[in-house]
Amino acid sequence: MMKTETSTAPAPAAFEPRITAFVCNWCTYAGADLAGTSRLQYASNMRIIKLPCTGRIDPLFVLKAFENGADAVLVSGCHPGDCHYTSGNYHARRRWTLFRKLLALTGIGDDRLFFSWVSAAEGQKFADLVNDVTAKVRKAGPFRAAHPGRRAL
Amino acid sequence: MARIGVFICHCGENIGRTVDCAAVSAAAAKMPGVVVGVDYKYMCSDPGQQMIRKAIIEQKLTGVVVGACSPRMHERTFRAAAAEAGLNPYLLEMANLREHCSWVHSNQAEATQKAIDLVRVMVAKVRRDRALRPIRVPVEPTALVVGGGIAGIQAALDIAAGGKKVVLVESGPSIGGHMARLSETFPTLDCSQCILTPRMVEAASHPNITLMTYSEVASVEGFVGNFTVTIRRKARYVDPAKCTGCGDCFNKCPIKKIPNKFDAGLGQRRAIYVPFPQAVPNKPVIDAAHCTMLQKGKCGLCAKVCPRGAIDYQDQDRLEKVKVGAVVLATGFQLWDHAAYGEYGGGRLRDVIDGFAFERLASASGPTGGLIKRPSDGKEPQTVVFLQCCGSRDDKVGKKYCSKICCMYTAKHAMLYRHKVHEGRAVVFYMDVRAAGKGYEEFVRRAIEADGAEYVRGRVSRITRRRDGKLVVRGADTLAGRPVTIEADLVVLADAVVPRPGSEKLAQLFGVGYDQDGFYSEAHPKLRPVETAAAGVFLAGACQAPKDIPETVSQASAAAAKVLGLFAKPELEREPVIARVNRTTCAHCRACISACPYGAAKDFDIVDRAGKILRAVADVNEGLCQGCGTCASVCRSHSVDLDGFTDEQIHAELNAL
Repeated sequence: MMKTETSTAPAPAAFEPRITAFVCNWCTYAGADLAGTSRLQYASNMRIIKLPCTGRIDPLFVLKAFENGADAVLVSGCHPGDCHYTSGNYHARRRWTLFRKLLALTGIGDDRLFFSWVSAAEGQKFADLVNDVTAKVRKAGPFRAAHPGRRAL
Repeated sequence: MARIGVFICHCGENIGRTVDCAAVSAAAAKMPGVVVGVDYKYMCSDPGQQMIRKAIIEQKLTGVVVGACSPRMHERTFRAAAAEAGLNPYLLEMANLREHCSWVHSNQAEATQKAIDLVRVMVAKVRRDRALRPIRVPVEPTALVVGGGIAGIQAALDIAAGGKKVVLVESGPSIGGHMARLSETFPTLDCSQCILTPRMVEAASHPNITLMTYSEVASVEGFVGNFTVTIRRKARYVDPAKCTGCGDCFNKCPIKKIPNKFDAGLGQRRAIYVPFPQAVPNKPVIDAAHCTMLQKGKCGLCAKVCPRGAIDYQDQDRLEKVKVGAVVLATGFQLWDHAAYGEYGGGRLRDVIDGFAFERLASASGPTGGLIKRPSDGKEPQTVVFLQCCGSRDDKVGKKYCSKICCMYTAKHAMLYRHKVHEGRAVVFYMDVRAAGKGYEEFVRRAIEADGAEYVRGRVSRITRRRDGKLVVRGADTLAGRPVTIEADLVVLADAVVPRPGSEKLAQLFGVGYDQDGFYSEAHPKLRPVETAAAGVFLAGACQAPKDIPETVSQASAAAAKVLGLFAKPELEREPVIARVNRTTCAHCRACISACPYGAAKDFDIVDRAGKILRAVADVNEGLCQGCGTCASVCRSHSVDLDGFTDEQIHAELNAL
């Protein structure tokens, strides 16, 4: 697969975190849309990958995000009980719980992995979440500095 | 060889103000596989769409990325344009540069960089898009209408008039909803019962309408065109097939003093009851919580007096399944509980009532027979204070929004009171009078000028009860700039309109969104006001937002038109986002089969020509698959993939970041 040019060129002085978010189409994506229609301002560090459901998230996607230079990963979908597909978010939750234990073992901890339920009605929550995650990752510093020599995991 | 066209929309200034659209299209033109990168003021307009169509044909594009608003807004528009130019519509993707970028960021450099990233991600995706064909599914031409108020009745009647079957579900024992409780309606002072009850009868007797009162939605399965809805038929303890509605049972029932909710607690009913005499169906139910026979096994009087043997104390809730193709939610509203306002008595003062209670006092069929009598001592009040915006436009204690109907019904109340008590004083405290509507402003002027209602601009700070029974109302007249104290006999609070309890749970069953106040979310506030994000589920009435009767009826008819439009074709097309199994690599571990919430993934035997089973694998039923992709992510051998969101595509998107 051809690698395209690096996106956000990191300025040497200030560290701007790169955060990859995996969100579901029905709740969090719509919640982010609501944040937009409500003109809520938030940090511009997050890039959203839209999936139909959090149940679609393969753990490999998360690894791939880190491999491609993400400093943190956010997973967000419908609240328990609200899944458009009845139970996809429960599968996601189970898988995520195990997977983050595995990642913790490799030294990737809570300062780089985030999870939150955001419904289509929670535009404010989405904006707050992005700001909160960005602030935490800013504090945690660049992924590569924390994991030197770890090109891939 | 990929030939991708990238089209960046300025959306007037909505995107262009924050994102340097020319820089984005220039950057896009340099991305791998991109042959066209342009930007334009309004991509969704006809010239904008024409630009895309022309490029598809002239440049022989194999994929298109439109960087504009949210795909929830215009993906359909652009995909239709692509299809017109001969490109498979699923080879067009949208980058969300408005809701996810320009509207939420103010720094131009940052926003432009993000926009370029978002476009690059979609270019990477669209290069790996496959031409897909929409899936055709048959439509069950029966509609479910949830809620038997005026919204539900109107929607049901219109759908039925269109020749389609309707199941009308109402949680109470009778249809009619709040409108049946009103005395008169603004701005014409039509008697509410006179205009509503014929429609109730019509709904109950229409051959296309199946009425299910005292019933609730228990669960929902399926999708647009093919819902299977389970209805809980609550135990009535009265067999409606045998009951003639003679009334012997409730005239004899010894449990008499149960406050009747229909009369806002001012009247009383028995344990076996019809909520009001004009109820449809006019057949009683037993309130199990108050019936001594059902609670303690003693009494049984109603069964003794019933000439038809219709009483059945063994009756139980039953579950009934209905197959429907579309749903109209019309669950309505209730009034906010003003007990939260301690300064207005916290709900403890009997002569501080809400709007519905006043409606029942003024109604000819109400507990007082239409005479205005105050609840505490039954005396005719000589001074009535009406207080608007009680709980509305107050985000500290109540609700942020304007409840819309209160200005009008308060003017009506003041008018009705003055018609009935000629010497009485009607004082209205208001913040603003919002009387936008045909004949509405004239109506309010009439209340003030012809009927002598005294309008005072200001809020009431405190209502206290004096020992002699008078209510002392202290407020401010902000126009005169001085405090006002009024000794009133009755105070009517125009409580905020809020959704019905349980409406959030119902929304979750149908996959419908709701806002922070619990009102159902329409698919688009302007262009799709009766649809929801859940395909095939439509909205009518005050469950969506506070509405008066004309607006509710309009929306109900609109919802009915949408349902009839859906039913006009025997089949409908569904997004072809479905899972596929690679049978060559599938090891038949059955992980996908146990993960699938729809039972769409199932066992499949590969047989040879003689019919001998060679190998078992997993397979996906196209009709049942909804495209969540859970199967794809549980597959250990990556043998399951999801069209439109393939592993390859998502990895490519991540590589592009």
